[in-house]
Amino acid sequence: MGEMEQLRKEADSLKDQITAARKAVQDSTLQEAAASITVVGRVQLKTRKTLRGHLAKIYAMHWSTDSKLCVSASQDGKLIVWDSITTNKVNAIPLKSSWVMTCAYAPSGNLVACGGLDNMCSIYNLKGKDGNVKVMRELAAHTGYLSCCRFLSDSEIITSSGDCTCVLWDIETGTQKTVFAGHQGDCMSLAVSPDFKFFISGACDFTAKLWDIREASCRQTFGGHESDINAIGFFPNGNAVITGSDDATCKLYDLRADQELITYQDSGIMCGVTSLAPSVSGRLLLAGYDDFNVNIWDALKAERVGVLAGHDNRVSCIGVSSDGMACCTGSWDSFLKIWN
Amino acid sequence: MAEAPQQQQQQQQQQEEEDEEQQQQQQEEEDEEQQQQQLNTEDTTEPDEGSEEPKEIVQTTPTRPLLSMRSMSSVDPDDDSPNMIAYRKIEEIVTRIQDETDGVPIRTVKSFMTKIPSVVTGTDIVQWLMKDLSIEDPAEAMHIGSLIAAQGYFFPISDHVLSLKDDGTFYRFQAPYFWPSNCWEPENTDYAIYLCKRTMQNKTRLELADYEAENLARLQRAFARKWEFIYMQAEAQVKIDRKRDKSERKILDSQERAFWDVHRPVPGCVNTTEMDIRKCRRMKNPHRVKKSVYGLAEEGTQSQSPVQTPSHHCRKGTKEDVEKEILFLNQQLDRHCMKMSKVAESLIAYTEQYMEYDPFVTAPEPSNPWTSDDPSFWDLEASKEPSQQRVKKWGFSLEEALKDPAGQELFLKFLESEFSSENLRFWLAVQDLKRMPQQEVGQRAQDIWAEFLAEGAPSSINLDSHSYERTSQNLKDPGRYSYEDAQDHIYKLMKSDSYARFLRSNVYQDLLMARKKPEMEQGRRTSLEKFTRSVGKSLTGKRLTGLMQSS
Repeated sequence: MGEMEQLRKEADSLKDQITAARKAVQDSTLQEAAASITVVGRVQLKTRKTLRGHLAKIYAMHWSTDSKLCVSASQDGKLIVWDSITTNKVNAIPLKSSWVMTCAYAPSGNLVACGGLDNMCSIYNLKGKDGNVKVMRELAAHTGYLSCCRFLSDSEIITSSGDCTCVLWDIETGTQKTVFAGHQGDCMSLAVSPDFKFFISGACDFTAKLWDIREASCRQTFGGHESDINAIGFFPNGNAVITGSDDATCKLYDLRADQELITYQDSGIMCGVTSLAPSVSGRLLLAGYDDFNVNIWDALKAERVGVLAGHDNRVSCIGVSSDGMACCTGSWDSFLKIWN
Repeated sequence: MAEAPQQQQQQQQQQEEEDEEQQQQQQEEEDEEQQQQQLNTEDTTEPDEGSEEPKEIVQTTPTRPLLSMRSMSSVDPDDDSPNMIAYRKIEEIVTRIQDETDGVPIRTVKSFMTKIPSVVTGTDIVQWLMKDLSIEDPAEAMHIGSLIAAQGYFFPISDHVLSLKDDGTFYRFQAPYFWPSNCWEPENTDYAIYLCKRTMQNKTRLELADYEAENLARLQRAFARKWEFIYMQAEAQVKIDRKRDKSERKILDSQERAFWDVHRPVPGCVNTTEMDIRKCRRMKNPHRVKKSVYGLAEEGTQSQSPVQTPSHHCRKGTKEDVEKEILFLNQQLDRHCMKMSKVAESLIAYTEQYMEYDPFVTAPEPSNPWTSDDPSFWDLEASKEPSQQRVKKWGFSLEEALKDPAGQELFLKFLESEFSSENLRFWLAVQDLKRMPQQEVGQRAQDIWAEFLAEGAPSSINLDSHSYERTSQNLKDPGRYSYEDAQDHIYKLMKSDSYARFLRSNVYQDLLMARKKPEMEQGRRTSLEKFTRSVGKSLTGKRLTGLMQSS
């Protein structure tokens, strides 16, 4: 197949050129640039609240934009909306399928979504007329498990799936508006940019991709991890991306330099990263690991400056509230903890 | 009580035991020819009465070179599946920690009338971890040690709970045969054989714990029909075990128990063999067949994980795919890469600017409601009077000003005072449009055109002709992003022009500079309130003229 050979050669040559272009701008490293900055002092956060009520592993949680309410999903088949301050359960929503893997809170606070092994994304209306929380839509089209979902607004939601694609849905009609294909492995996680124009996805092909929502295309791909990327997030300024992987490291990639800036790793950390969240300034990176702990990193110096040890099983999800006041962790031990 | 000549023997014995464990997998239960150890007299009850020193046992095998433990690991070095990566790292440590010269002191301890073979104290383990991994904090060493213990790579000899204690508690290392990297998923039949055989051996140390007795009872009910078979297998195992020497059996029994403590943990303990269901399907199992711990032929498998629809396996490498890839790569190449130094500077600058707004780094004022249980911080945020710190943030970027409802409001008022609010109102309208339900988008898009862009529009905005043309085209098939270009253009305009003036304006500067005490009483008017009130009252009043002159 001479033509295939030629095409592949062309692709490889382009890849080499891109690598060269990236190298050409490596006039410094983040480490060098941050050399004169002192490491942030030891960060000691304490558990302020424990949210009890789930009966099985918690797989996901998401803060509401009001920084007080949050939603969690557990394999006990429940979606619970918590008032994190009083620890009261505002809503306890029974799910059709107990194998739930993700949940999301709409920015408006009106809707929540979840999904999992049922390959669907179910949208629930929290502000229904009669006060009952009901399924509003079931978005079905994925041929693999639903790993993550995030609302753009009450009208649109983006999902990532084990079928290696991400999809933008119109909630009202329940239809797929755009399919973002390109990953070569299960998509595990996604995050939307602060301006809602882009989103990033991390997958089991060890890469992260930046997608343009409007153009419906992949703009950039970032590699370097040696195993599945389980968690992904934007740096608060929207110009950089943080990933967490089963290779026990987190990486910071810059969108404008189109490459990795720094890796967060330690020989004493042997277990994979399950979840991550930057603090509001971006200076701190909180990452949850399979070894039951959350490690807090100084994002500029790549040094560990704190540990949150309070869960009795894997930390599966983590989130920092929008006002930055609190961090919430969810675990396979069935508890959520609020820290600051 | 280290006995130097013993240590070598212990290591060698353990070595041979491990070899045997591996061989057992292949051999038939009846085949005992592979046993290397001299047969000892049958053991009865504990404690030992004789003074059989292990060194008196004649080794019938030639001294084997101590193979590196690493070769015992069954992790394929190319296996990158999630758990295997962690196992590989742990196994490296576990191999090094048992090293004859550089590892922990593993010894036989004499206690009362018995000997405890091949043990090490918890403290020794923690100390070694701290030294080998260069850890200063003992708590961290404990954490790593506990992790390794929880996976069953070493275990307390007198407890079913797999944890590590930093004291004189004795621990023993697990045989590589039983390592988690072997992808064990032992069936209940194996577990039943194990529990059954324990009841046959008359030793206090092998007595079943309560939960094990319950498990056994449950299994007896479940396997009622084939219990005879299980019983026979258990008997066969007992027979094999009896042929080993005392020390060896103590070690093997404990290793076997530790294996089951991992796969059938004490109720209340974490089951470390649980896997993330998203990864289950992809776990590589080097042994296609589910193997039995005791060499039984494969039984029907009882899967506990849910049935997953096999997901689409991504196709690779059709001609179309490669062509798409080339297109994508070309686009990437066209994109200009920014210098690392600039990018790093920008990141650092951002964090420095926002660190005072990061509650994890800088204590918020008056206090963090979570720690002080005093909600006044949130009350202030919600009130109509933004704090100085918050007002300062509006000056960071137009984005920040617009993100904060109070900032947005003030900016709008300022623009209204200049009679130039249409830009911001257009921008806000387009933001709204993007969030609307699909059905309403078309109409709203037309409304926006009518209000801001049509001939003689009431709030006419200034677009360059190019953007105007593009937008007009888009409107033929109106969608959420019809105004994207126009919006970007207007945003840039606001940023460079009106936003800059806003920051220099009196209304903003007054707020920024004013020393404000938190308003506790109702009815007290602030200067901001007074301002908005006066602007709201009249746009053509004399006061306004005064304001315009001053800004």
